Amino acid sequence: MFSLTSARNNKAKFSWAQFLLRYGALIGLALMCLILSFLTPVFLTLPNILNVIRQASINALVALGVLLVILTAGIDLSVGSVLGFSMAVGAIASVKLGMPAPLAILLLLFSGAFLGWLNGIALTKLNLPHPFISTLAMLNIARGLTLVITKASPISGLPHVMTWLGGSFIGPVPVILPFLVIVYLIFHLFLNNTVLGRHIYAVGGNPIAARRAGINNKKILVLVYVLAGFMSALGGLALAGRVNAAYPLAGLNYELDAIAAVIIGGASFFGGRGTVFGTLIGVFVIAVLRNGLNLLNIRADYQLIGIGLIIVAAVYVDVIRQRPFTRSSEV
Amino acid sequence: MQQPILEVDGITKRFGGVTAVDNVSFPVYRGEVLGLLGDNGAGKSTVIKMICGVYQADAGEIRFEGKKLENHNPKQARDIGIETVFQDLALVDPLDIPSNIFLGRELRTGPFGFLNKKKMAEESLKLLQRLKINIPDLSSSVLSLSGGQRQAIAIARNVYWNAKMVIMDEPTAALGVRERSNVLEIIRTLREQGVTIILISHNMDDVFAVTDRMVIMRRGQKKAELVTKETTKEHVVGIITGAIDY
Repeated sequence: MFSLTSARNNKAKFSWAQFLLRYGALIGLALMCLILSFLTPVFLTLPNILNVIRQASINALVALGVLLVILTAGIDLSVGSVLGFSMAVGAIASVKLGMPAPLAILLLLFSGAFLGWLNGIALTKLNLPHPFISTLAMLNIARGLTLVITKASPISGLPHVMTWLGGSFIGPVPVILPFLVIVYLIFHLFLNNTVLGRHIYAVGGNPIAARRAGINNKKILVLVYVLAGFMSALGGLALAGRVNAAYPLAGLNYELDAIAAVIIGGASFFGGRGTVFGTLIGVFVIAVLRNGLNLLNIRADYQLIGIGLIIVAAVYVDVIRQRPFTRSSEV
Repeated sequence: MQQPILEVDGITKRFGGVTAVDNVSFPVYRGEVLGLLGDNGAGKSTVIKMICGVYQADAGEIRFEGKKLENHNPKQARDIGIETVFQDLALVDPLDIPSNIFLGRELRTGPFGFLNKKKMAEESLKLLQRLKINIPDLSSSVLSLSGGQRQAIAIARNVYWNAKMVIMDEPTAALGVRERSNVLEIIRTLREQGVTIILISHNMDDVFAVTDRMVIMRRGQKKAELVTKETTKEHVVGIITGAIDY
């Protein structure tokens, strides 16, 4: 029996980089929290922590969908617009058309999934060259539609059932918190313990190998865009609850935070690599940074610079992790 | 061993005006390692692709275990026991070894049909032991493996499904000397276990190290069918290049 031991050597050699990749964002988040708790006494108080969670919650939902898309080596630029559109559809259905709230919520979620499905179809049936194109188109279309159907003005007076998820508390705990925990657990199980989840990684990691293994790549791609649209709509529902209204520019630029969170959380733009847990960390890195800089009265311009720098740092960790492998395959 | 598991009978394939494979016939006997040799463009890959169902022959027929293969696709070929190990791109880098071995044919358990990771890991270990492949950590992503290890996993992945015949397209092409001998060792192990193998290779050393017989193609035609023990490298190279006219 011959021994193939070089894998072990590889492992030992790269372990610090792998450690950084796996826990870098978490270490960064912990450091940020530590520093902020010294700089401002408000940061580590329960009301502020709950506030951060509520602010992070929308991005937390949207980013999960974007994670699935990025795992397939794709991108979804339309999630912010889809969020705005589905929120508007739900609000109009309920407030203007008088639909019962549960039905309006279903319609809201369906409209998000439907736009996601269109993204998937544009990619797999129209064969648009890259999801950047199809979802860029959808970014514009969905925002335009939202402005049309809302006549560019906010819709308030949502029924309690619709605002419950994003706006209600159980004691001191916002409803969205346990909801997020459940959604994240479901996504974790989905990605790690189901055949479909495994195939999402495979399609992103090596589409040719996936096809040869009998996986229907196109079906998987459509599915991830549908789920991305659905999660955007769920984010729209949560946002409607938090602001107690629907408004035409809801979700503007949200795709950028979602993509940033997924990337900061260690997912690879080349597909096949990324975790639910990492994405959650990425979401909170952004939320804590925003919150901390707010508390320190630092202007929003600097928040953008900070997020940009963190993205560079996070992706650089990915680059140095990839480098040794590229080398070893060249030898 | 004299009973053919696969009979290639007068197959022809044309692409436009070019005849890539011209009336080629040969048997593959049960349990042997058959080398399929030829220069670039000789038609080896086209023959292989007709066997594993990527192409359909324009004329002639292919019989596997006595049954004619008609309009079969790669999946159907796999289902009847013909597995193909492609030259490259067979593995998903970010996934671990069991996930790669079971890709597309995952084992499930429980009411929700969750992945049976434990069973897949156990089966992978058993399989690698059967093939005498020693990989220290099954849970490492295949990205961290060497070229030889990756090829070993790619072969193992095809063999798990009780393949009766495995077609390998240049399995040692990108490997170093030691890794090449490792892959050849796997081929020998498979042969001992009764798996029939068709090996496409450019490398005379490989071919002479593991094959029982060889079929040599040139410009789409079969030029020779030789018993490995009864021939020499010089002779074979001569036929491949056309220096010796057969």
